[in-house]
Amino acid sequence: MAKTEMKKKRKIDIMAEMPERLSSGHRLCAGCGASIAARQILRGTTDPVVISCATGCLEVASTIYPYTAWEVPFIHNAFENSAATISGVEAAFRSLKKQGKIPKNKKIKFVAFGGDGGTYDIGIQSLSGALERGHDFVYVCYDNEAYMNTGIQRSSATPFGAFTNTSPAGSCSFGKSQFRKDLTMICAAHHIPYAAQASIGYWQDLVKKAEKALAVEGPAFLLVLAPCPRGWRFPMEKTVEIGKLAVDTCFWPLYEIENGVFKLTKKIPDKKKKPITEWLKSQGRFKHLFEECNENVIEEIQQKIDEDWQRYLKTNGDKIF
Amino acid sequence: MTTATVKKIRRAFTGNEAGAEAMRQINPDVAAVFPITPQTELMHAFASFVANGKVKTELVMVESEHSAMSATVGASAAGARAMTATSANGLALMWEIVYIAASSRLPIVMPIINRALSGPINIHCDHSDMMGCRDSGWIQMFSENSQEEYDNLIQAIRIAEHPDVLLPVMVGQDGFIISHSLESVEVFDDEEVRDFIGEYHPKNPLLDTDHPYTFGPLDLQDYYMEHKRQQHQGMQNARQVILDTGKEFGEKFGHHYSNFEEFHLEDAEIGMIALGSTAGTAKVAVENLREQGKKVGLLKLRVFRPFPFKELVEAVKHLKGLIVLDRSDSFGAMGGPVFLDVSASLNNLTKKPVTRNLIYGLGGRDMKVQDLEKIFGMMEKTVKTGKGAGSSQYYGARGDD
Ligand SMILES: Cc1ncc(C[n+]2csc(CCOP(=O)(O)OP(=O)(O)O)c2C)c(N)n1
Repeated sequence: MAKTEMKKKRKIDIMAEMPERLSSGHRLCAGCGASIAARQILRGTTDPVVISCATGCLEVASTIYPYTAWEVPFIHNAFENSAATISGVEAAFRSLKKQGKIPKNKKIKFVAFGGDGGTYDIGIQSLSGALERGHDFVYVCYDNEAYMNTGIQRSSATPFGAFTNTSPAGSCSFGKSQFRKDLTMICAAHHIPYAAQASIGYWQDLVKKAEKALAVEGPAFLLVLAPCPRGWRFPMEKTVEIGKLAVDTCFWPLYEIENGVFKLTKKIPDKKKKPITEWLKSQGRFKHLFEECNENVIEEIQQKIDEDWQRYLKTNGDKIF
Repeated sequence: MTTATVKKIRRAFTGNEAGAEAMRQINPDVAAVFPITPQTELMHAFASFVANGKVKTELVMVESEHSAMSATVGASAAGARAMTATSANGLALMWEIVYIAASSRLPIVMPIINRALSGPINIHCDHSDMMGCRDSGWIQMFSENSQEEYDNLIQAIRIAEHPDVLLPVMVGQDGFIISHSLESVEVFDDEEVRDFIGEYHPKNPLLDTDHPYTFGPLDLQDYYMEHKRQQHQGMQNARQVILDTGKEFGEKFGHHYSNFEEFHLEDAEIGMIALGSTAGTAKVAVENLREQGKKVGLLKLRVFRPFPFKELVEAVKHLKGLIVLDRSDSFGAMGGPVFLDVSASLNNLTKKPVTRNLIYGLGGRDMKVQDLEKIFGMMEKTVKTGKGAGSSQYYGARGDD
């Protein structure tokens, strides 16, 4: 194909023509952000991939025996060990290649998926270990901000003020009373070549980050906001919109840390920065915050977002690790 | 009996060194490990083989035993010959994945340096670690000494990878008692060992990206049970494969193995069942008592899973009395784990030996020749008087003797 012809093709068309790695027919909910994340990220490379996945929605809904939605080799081991499992797979690849049992020029990308529960919480040790050891893999946390597979329980990714079944709102509670852990920074602090935060709402940004993560040698980490209609209480056709709103309110800044250098990949000009109430109003999980007694909670959330955003603006371009 | 002509040399090895030597010859593609006493020496020795290019293994020094087993499962599913090794708390931390390894039908081989489970924390030998996962679907073998540790590990690879089996194997050796004692071990020629274990041909490996397979799917009411049934069958098939492998090993290397070893058992009146290093000590007690004209004998159990109940019954049914030694408790049960299986095995005999169970040696408490002689005496009395028949009690605990 002539170069000019190639050039004419838009990224989205090229992506649309790429083979589907997570096929349709899986049983994730309509409007699930996790499947969008998986499909977009796996378009970040044309090399063969091998996937490991933690227990959670993505795994249980895509591999109900005797069916599988995965068109690529896939292993689910347990809840907390997606990273440790891919460590073993990747070590096997290196070993067999070294011995000539796999051709020297064979390329495989190793991708580990985990939900926020399987990553921020129960799987953080195994993730930390795998990052520190330097395996050549990409860890993707699809973050739907709670344990959804088991019926919407809080995780350390659940945002301040959100309702879950284990952080319910009530006469003595405004929902979750802790802010989320900053997982991307924790991962970047392992001095890995690439870590980034993305949202399925901004697919071009996400795919670009996936391409970078998949291309680097050594460990890379992607934290992808994956809105959940069931758990967040919004209509299923709004997933992408909500994924955008998270970014536009600066609730979910898009950034990357490449070789230790922090960079905002989407700067939101002050006049375009939407108030957090827009984000909170879009989802039933924050409904209680609009009761009179919880006004101060919304203020606190806005304040934290503003502080963090200022810090990100100040840090932009700095070598932080 | 030895017809074997393979080259061998004698080496002075601790049990851990013998285990490491077997691993060097097995030369696994991947080993993922985490340190715990008394397994550490084995891994030190193996790490130095890696560091000096004596093996082609990718050694993954994980951050926990949970990750050790997880990475081993990943490596094995990827298509590698994969091993790990641990003791007690390490095995306990692996627990969840120990079951997953077996149900995923991954032929992983894992030396276990038997150590008492916490708590209280203790680093010395008993069998509570391996006995705790006796229902996990792993084949389980116990070794009497360093030689058996070495021999069992080599056979374990063949057994695990046999297409009719495809189950992981754990090979136990008694912590410190074997793992840290220097013994003479016959080591076979590298090539001969490699020839015996053969090339590994993995089934549907993840790294064959042209033929994608899904490992570890969600398996519900409609299929889970069939998969358990297949796993059950793999364990049943292992019975013959273990015997065949032991026979072939004997023919090639001159060391003969079966499910168990009978020592002066055939014409004995009082028999004992023991496993691990205690079986070695019991052999001395049997010989001493035989010199005094006592008709005593020993059954040294080597394979605990699959439990060789049919063969065991045949071997002990003529006895008047049978004392079963357990180096771990099964709290609240009729006795220790070995006793439970032996009792169940004898159930269909119309005329059974009088049995008794002793739980001994927990947390490394010593079991001496004199103790074992005394125990044979106890059993003789039980046979005569009926006192203590069918009972299970502790032996060697203060206030209990
Ligand atoms: C060791 C262990 N503890 C608990 C569970 C139950 N469990 C399965 S999935 C899950 C929640 C998963 O949450 P997350 O990782 O956020 O993924 P999501 O379901 O939201 O996709 C839990 C608690 C388990 N499978 N294993």
